[in-house]
Amino acid sequence: MNALPWTIYVSFLGALLVACLPARNVYAIRLAALFAGVIGLVLGLYAAVNFEAGAGVVTLIKHEWVPAFGAEYHLAADGISVVMVLLTGIAAVTGILFSWNVTHRLKEFFAFFLLLIGAVYGVFLSFDLFLFFVFYELAIVPKYFLVAIWGGQNREYAAMKLVLYSFIGSALVLVGIVATLVVSGGQSASLVTLGQFQFAESFQYWAFPLMFVGFAILAGLWPFHTWAPTGHVAAPTAASMLLAGVIMKLGAYGALRAGVCLFPEGLIAWQNVIGWLAVIGIVYGASVALVQKDFKFVIGYSSVSHMGLVILGLVSMNIVGLSGAILQMFSHGIIAGLLFGVVGRMVYERTHTRDLNALKVMNLGKVMPFAAVTFVLASLASMGLPGFSGFIAEFSVLIGAWALDPTKAVVAGIGIVIGVAFTLRALQTAFFSDTTAKDIQPHEPFEPITLPERVGAVILLATTLIVGLYPKLLLDFIQPALESPLFDALRKGGLE
Amino acid sequence: MIPVNYGQLVLALIPELLLVAAALAVLGADLMVLREQSKRVRFGFAAGFTGFACLAAIFWMTSSTEPATYLGGSFIVSELTQWVKTGLLLLTALTVILFVDGEFTEHVGECVALILMSTVGMMLLVSAGDLLLLFVALELTSLSLYSLVAFDKRSREATHAALQYFLFGGMAAAFMLFGFSLLYGLTGSTLIADIGKGLADKTGDPVLLVAMVMVMAGLGFKVAAVPFHLWAPAVYRGAPGPAAALIASGSKLASFVVLARLMFAGFSGAEGDAAWRSYTVGWMPLLAGVAAFSMVLGNLAALAQSSLRRLLAFSAVAHAGYMLLGVLAVKETGLQAVVYYAFTYGLATIGAFGVAVFVERKRGGDSLTDLAGMAKQSPLLAVCLMVFVLSLAGIPPLAGFVGKFHVFYSAAALKSPGLGLLWLVVLSIATSAISLYYYLQVLKQAWVAKENETAVNLKPGVATLAVLCVLAVLTVILGCAPGLILETLTEALKHSW
Amino acid sequence: MNSFPFITLLTLLPLVSGVLLLGVEKQRQALARHLGFGCSLLTLALALFVGSQFDSSSGELQMVERHSWISSLGVEYFVGVDGLSLVMLLLTALLVPMSMLAAWKLEDRTHTFLALILFLQAGLFGTFTAQNFIHWFLFWELSLVPAFFLVKLWGGPERGKAAIQFFVYTMVGSVALLLAFLGMYLAVGTFDFQKLAELAKSGELVNRMSLNLGWYDLSKEQLALVIAFGVFLGLAVKVPLMPFHGWLPKTYATAPSAITMLLTGAMSKMGVYGFLRIFLPIFQEQILQMQTWLLWLAIATIVMSALAASVQTDLRKLLAYSSINHLGYCLLGVFASACSLDGKSGWSVEASAVLGGTVLQMFNHGITAALLFCFVAYLEERGGGETDLTKFGGLRAAMPVFCGLMGVATFASLGLPGLSGFVGEFLIFKGTFGLVAWSAVLATPGLLITAIFLLRMYQQVFYGPLSTKHAGWKDLDLRERFTVLPALLLVLILGVYPQLLMGLINPTVTKLVEGLAR
Repeated sequence: MNALPWTIYVSFLGALLVACLPARNVYAIRLAALFAGVIGLVLGLYAAVNFEAGAGVVTLIKHEWVPAFGAEYHLAADGISVVMVLLTGIAAVTGILFSWNVTHRLKEFFAFFLLLIGAVYGVFLSFDLFLFFVFYELAIVPKYFLVAIWGGQNREYAAMKLVLYSFIGSALVLVGIVATLVVSGGQSASLVTLGQFQFAESFQYWAFPLMFVGFAILAGLWPFHTWAPTGHVAAPTAASMLLAGVIMKLGAYGALRAGVCLFPEGLIAWQNVIGWLAVIGIVYGASVALVQKDFKFVIGYSSVSHMGLVILGLVSMNIVGLSGAILQMFSHGIIAGLLFGVVGRMVYERTHTRDLNALKVMNLGKVMPFAAVTFVLASLASMGLPGFSGFIAEFSVLIGAWALDPTKAVVAGIGIVIGVAFTLRALQTAFFSDTTAKDIQPHEPFEPITLPERVGAVILLATTLIVGLYPKLLLDFIQPALESPLFDALRKGGLE
Repeated sequence: MIPVNYGQLVLALIPELLLVAAALAVLGADLMVLREQSKRVRFGFAAGFTGFACLAAIFWMTSSTEPATYLGGSFIVSELTQWVKTGLLLLTALTVILFVDGEFTEHVGECVALILMSTVGMMLLVSAGDLLLLFVALELTSLSLYSLVAFDKRSREATHAALQYFLFGGMAAAFMLFGFSLLYGLTGSTLIADIGKGLADKTGDPVLLVAMVMVMAGLGFKVAAVPFHLWAPAVYRGAPGPAAALIASGSKLASFVVLARLMFAGFSGAEGDAAWRSYTVGWMPLLAGVAAFSMVLGNLAALAQSSLRRLLAFSAVAHAGYMLLGVLAVKETGLQAVVYYAFTYGLATIGAFGVAVFVERKRGGDSLTDLAGMAKQSPLLAVCLMVFVLSLAGIPPLAGFVGKFHVFYSAAALKSPGLGLLWLVVLSIATSAISLYYYLQVLKQAWVAKENETAVNLKPGVATLAVLCVLAVLTVILGCAPGLILETLTEALKHSW
Repeated sequence: MNSFPFITLLTLLPLVSGVLLLGVEKQRQALARHLGFGCSLLTLALALFVGSQFDSSSGELQMVERHSWISSLGVEYFVGVDGLSLVMLLLTALLVPMSMLAAWKLEDRTHTFLALILFLQAGLFGTFTAQNFIHWFLFWELSLVPAFFLVKLWGGPERGKAAIQFFVYTMVGSVALLLAFLGMYLAVGTFDFQKLAELAKSGELVNRMSLNLGWYDLSKEQLALVIAFGVFLGLAVKVPLMPFHGWLPKTYATAPSAITMLLTGAMSKMGVYGFLRIFLPIFQEQILQMQTWLLWLAIATIVMSALAASVQTDLRKLLAYSSINHLGYCLLGVFASACSLDGKSGWSVEASAVLGGTVLQMFNHGITAALLFCFVAYLEERGGGETDLTKFGGLRAAMPVFCGLMGVATFASLGLPGLSGFVGEFLIFKGTFGLVAWSAVLATPGLLITAIFLLRMYQQVFYGPLSTKHAGWKDLDLRERFTVLPALLLVLILGVYPQLLMGLINPTVTKLVEGLAR
């Protein structure tokens, strides 16, 4: 358990190590990066195995930092953190595996990548509001470079948009944090302590939207989602895997920890509005995905749609909805990673096009059976078919949403149906289009799917299947965590 | 007439005297002994000597000073002043070493001596408890800096900048002097502490208000706050590297300390109220207004810049705005925040100027596009630039972030639990989100943009790189462990300031 | 409680063998074929063994396996068989080898094809044995996936559109179903079919729904109706009931015949099974409230589909509509059986008859429809995919055996006494007449029209002048005969000795009826 902070340090050290290796030694760099990623994952797994579900919040390190406003270097973990750390570990390892073929400025790529991973670990393990924000902001910079340097078309525009949206969100959050600390007396920025503090209702009324929306911008809350599709599309594969897989979760996680847990009365006041925004996001994302011509945009918008469910779960004010939201965070992280892995790495890097109409005539279903099968399974998971992790997560969210307001649940259900439609459409057009032999464009034979890609895809697939068939594995972490003192205020506010 | 113990005074002034001696020594050695040597050697000697003198002064201060006031309160020595002076000396030493291979002048000795003299001025400024001493110290700094700005006689731009700086500076000094005279007229004293007491029953006096505005004009000029910032772009753009760096770092740090002292101790009782929708006249609403305009104008103007130095100039205006928030919140934890902020800002800005000047020397221009390819040609330099720029932008875990956060927090906590100054904090946070755009433009050029094949390679010398690395590492360390400074400052402020 | 996990084994067997098949090298098609067929026979054997272990005198769930799964949501791994489940299991187990044999000549990606069939089988097994909603829904949805790909990859010209239509239609239904169950879960906190039925019987379900859900100003009854409608929609699309049948003709017509055999034979039963297992016990009251409407829907389905079938010129479309028609009888029975006790002395007898007939009809229709599509497959093999009725004629001369065997199947389908189809339909009509006489009367024209269009079809194919094109067609070979033989035998046996199945069905039906009585 106490090894958990090392996930952060190992990633940072890995970044440093990669930066110091000679640029010529390509293999050493890749292996070093992979090694750092794997250690992080193993540490996460080890901690998960040894984690006592009922333990609530386990403090890992606590050290005075800036006493002037009560900030401490306080790393801790509860079940939710453990789940998110595991997600990060898996995303990191598979991201590195899917970036095995990067050659352009390789060193910097992996250095930024690991920096980002370390910061993400940091966010998930911080139990001090200030520290939390520090890691949260730290994650923004590397992602700018990852997109701006290694991205595809429009990369500089997309990267700037991504970062500016993030910073607008951060600005809202920062105002919220400053105000929260001041109002609570500045003695402690610990999430646990703040969770016990009784904030005045009038304060909660405006502090909640600041925090929640500020974070949720990064989670793709409609109508602040527009960074997500462009960002996902322009990013290199590993970065889109991380963006959709982990970074969006940072936003949702922040909204949970600093919005929902601290300001339950604010949540109740804004529940309806945000719930509707989330529902609109679900339906809108799915509908827009339905008409995209660019393969990656389909996946990009699908992320908006799926994250809408997370946000809907977060505001549901009941245990089932909340645990569903957290499960959906994990599940979507894995599935989005997989989808981007197939689309960005397996398909795009070989066909050099993401235009669905161009892919249509390539007969990919037969040419790349592995990619096709992977994508089929990923699509099924993404649709929320039972047996995959998405189902139980979306289902729980819908239960939570129903308890909040059945109309929202029903509209969200419609969004899910549209989700099925666009996933099928993409699947069909890209891999199984009805082309007769004469339509098929002659092209160079594609490079076969490499081992790292296979390993990465198998890890992700296995994860979504295991969690789908036996969600108790994760729920055993999540649900006791919802009992912890962090949620005291929320319970008083009427958490069901 | 207060009896004066000159022996004690000399002892208290030893750090300043050390620097004066060093200035004279460098000047003498350069003129007499090193005339025939290469410029490199001359600069090396001067830098080494300066560094040595600064270290000696720091050593002296840390080892053997007791908090005291001299000349009836005109000259203040406290833990805070000693600390700020240490910071000033460090900034000066780093500046001199960083620009050691400068090519802008043949007159090495004079240049370094002027730098040292301006540092002495700043140190005196920090210790000044009397308006007259304050004015003299300020002029010492300013005059040295005027001539430093004009030091590159071959450059029309530098001359132009110096003239502008001089004219604005002179005007500001005149205003300030006028303000001082009004204060003297109101209270019959030039001692800041006495002025504070004397003004206690004169709140709301229109003459006091005029005095306040005048004084603020003088110091506002030093820190380049709107609307007294007009000289900044030209000077930052045109001045030789060390001059610009010093103006941006040390001079700012000293000015903020003395501004805080003047406002808090001198105008105590005349604070007024700057809280949202409950303004009352006083120095707080005045400062709040200046801060707000500085942040907005500085950041917006910086968006439009294509020259790195001018960009830094407007960013300096904006930062002055943020730091003013700390001055506003002196009652709370604002002072340590603002000192921390100004010092770490100094580190980052010297670094950024170092890179800008280096690029300018290599490529003949400091437009943003001249940075292209840096990440490939000298990754370390690019990393340093990234650290400086991100620290200026306030990205954690760099020092700039902690400073900003601390300042914001102090300002918001000032009227707690009312959150009265929150409007200013919101404005600052909003503008600092805007500022990210132009900071990222810098990094984009350095890291992302395709290099121009014909451009000169950006491979810095070892000395430059080493100093830049030291600055970057300091920025990171102070950001990760702000306690290193903040704790001693808090400790220092418990006693007196 | 937990006996040897036969049911789990039965579900896993096709799943695992499917995965195994995927591992077979692409070139070794014959191996894949034999392996797949062998696995399906093994599964059939196991299913028969389960049948032999089944205590047919009891209507209770047997061979129950029950484990906690997702405790926080009240989801259990809960499987068991009663007579209804067992009949469906046997039907599925029988149809799968048949369909594999029918597709014996397939050359395109055989191993994937067979593996998908086996996955489909696993999905069906799971659906027919699950007793907890989530568990059931998992297989309900999963069976959709292999079916989608089977249509999509091996179907006829319009396969892309058909497959998507099929999937999306069913998915819309599924989401409605899911949402409805979600509402019920929120109200009562369980997904267990049995518990839900008990709660419904005591009226507690409706009460708690209105207590815990509250949606706009819906009254207690309205709310329950909305929930019931969600479940209804999900099931009705699957069966399908008109007007939710839009996906079916195209899908049946496009899918390869071997797959259509499974679609109509087994998958369409999932819907009816759902009506019997879920809808009827839990929403009896709501059915009663809407009974007239529902019966009208069933009647419309029966009559309209028969009419539609009689104007089709395409053999497969004709059979597709005929399928809708036959399942319409089942739904007529289900809806009629919900009648309340009041004023009907022989209610429970009639209801038992209706429901027994419904189950029997499900089995029989599964067999006969699969047979008919199997014959269509033979025709297609010979005619290069030709299914236009007008192009055939006089085939009796060329293929006498074929003609005779298909004749048996056709007559069984139109309900000739002595063949299996008769008993089921008779029971349904008899019971329905006793319960809601008008609906039985109104549905009768359906029987008549069915007879007409099936006979017309038979006539068009086998009588009249033999075109030269068809003259050289070979009669059924050994493999083909063997494929249809067991099923035809069953048709004959069940026609004269329906007790063979009725014995299994009756206790379950009795229990079901007891559950309805209030």
